[in-house]
Amino acid sequence: MSFYRIFTIVLRQLYLIRGSFSRMFPLFSWIAVDMVLWGFLTKYLNTVAIAGFNFVPALLGAVLLWDFFGRIMQGVTIAFFEDVWSRNFLNIFATPLLISEYVSGLVLTSILTSLVGLIVMLVIATFFFNLSFLVYGFMIIPFLLVLFLFGISLGIFGSALVLRLGPASEWFIWPIPAFISPFVGVLYPISTLPGWMQSISKVLPPTYVFEGLRAIIQGKPASITLLGIATVLALFYIFLAYQFFVKIYRSALKSGLIARYSAENVS
Amino acid sequence: MPILSVSKLKKVYGDTVAVDDISFDVVNNEIVGLLGPNGAGKTTTINMILGVLMPNAGNIVIDGLDIFSHRSKAIARTNFSAVYTPLPGNLTVAQNLRIFGRLYEVKNLSKRIEELLVYFDLVKFRDKKCGVLSSGEQTRVSLAKSMLNNPQLLLLDEPTASLDPATARDVRVRIREFVAQSGAGVLWTSHNMYEVEEVCSRVLFLSHGKILLEGNPKTLPAEHGKKTLEELFIAVAREPLTLEGV
Repeated sequence: MSFYRIFTIVLRQLYLIRGSFSRMFPLFSWIAVDMVLWGFLTKYLNTVAIAGFNFVPALLGAVLLWDFFGRIMQGVTIAFFEDVWSRNFLNIFATPLLISEYVSGLVLTSILTSLVGLIVMLVIATFFFNLSFLVYGFMIIPFLLVLFLFGISLGIFGSALVLRLGPASEWFIWPIPAFISPFVGVLYPISTLPGWMQSISKVLPPTYVFEGLRAIIQGKPASITLLGIATVLALFYIFLAYQFFVKIYRSALKSGLIARYSAENVS
Repeated sequence: MPILSVSKLKKVYGDTVAVDDISFDVVNNEIVGLLGPNGAGKTTTINMILGVLMPNAGNIVIDGLDIFSHRSKAIARTNFSAVYTPLPGNLTVAQNLRIFGRLYEVKNLSKRIEELLVYFDLVKFRDKKCGVLSSGEQTRVSLAKSMLNNPQLLLLDEPTASLDPATARDVRVRIREFVAQSGAGVLWTSHNMYEVEEVCSRVLFLSHGKILLEGNPKTLPAEHGKKTLEELFIAVAREPLTLEGV
């Protein structure tokens, strides 16, 4: 693997973002709106709910972490979509670039773009709504790590899906976080869900993050073991997603899809 | 040793045989024309040599390296320009050349980019996005990209198709200069038979995925009872069976 070529994939995204307000704006705009909306909602809930319970770390903190997850996933897929939109596959895959370098470049791009979003969210949540990450203690590190890893795995999976099904299928990818959110209990305990939904929740790593977050708010310890399992699960999903991407890529090499990638590729 | 060696290459899409058991070599300092009507298998062949399409059978060796077992190293010795694959329109000329130069890990990249901007008369477009350039200008950028890494094997798929005759002539001159200076081998597809006669030292006529004829473009028409290369091309396109086995 060549780090030089991996960084070149990142550099391309930096060129695109630097030269385009329409690419820079979404890095922070939606999540900023989310922070403001949920920030005021939690403030309001604090005035009408029972005294002593603080909704800010429970709800606003959860929304912030969920938005971070969404940014990570979209960071990977948007970097991939740039090659889809500019019909660049033939150019890029006819270079010495390895598929592992390409995917690593997408992941590194996502880390950088998501950092921008995370900083903006933290600034708004901390300075305008008094959310302090100190409430979660050191557990914030495994929380972010699990969401980061799972976001990466879904980003790679989504990119593979678009490579296989064609550019029009990107509309399957955007709503993925929304489809998952009811199962992982971003805003409510998993025990609220019916049994069949809880079974799905158990195999989704973010579930353990949000259960842990609520435990801390209630003054209980978050389960290190469960977060460890969530981390291993998320790493396993990255492995599966990468294998899936490589399989789709190899199949595209056989079918000629890379060479003639166009609007509709479902066959 | 040939810079490109293709042997028994075959590609099948469903029931269609796009490339049918073809073998040929390209040596250094040689420009080989890959000719044939639309659908003959030219682009499929080029895509397989570029490693973006997997053949059903056969071998491709670039500078002694098998493309499937040493893909990255073999591809580093090649580059290509194709009329149907412009560089991303949302990056500037200089940015595109930098990105692709880095992917080929070109040494002294900034100097090389400057040389090519001058060579292809692109200095004034350096900071223009490729998407706003005319098709002729985009072709020149694509050719500049194809020479970034001083490839030993250059694959050109209709490189002058979108150019006016004067610009096309300039481009042909530059490609020949590049070959003379670098010693590269070139595989060139074109539908312009005058261009092929001017540039290529050898041509391969493809029809229905097979190589029907091979030879010097200046002498080949007479050898098959035709006055010009264009006449021969038309004969290959319309009546390939009459030429098969000649």
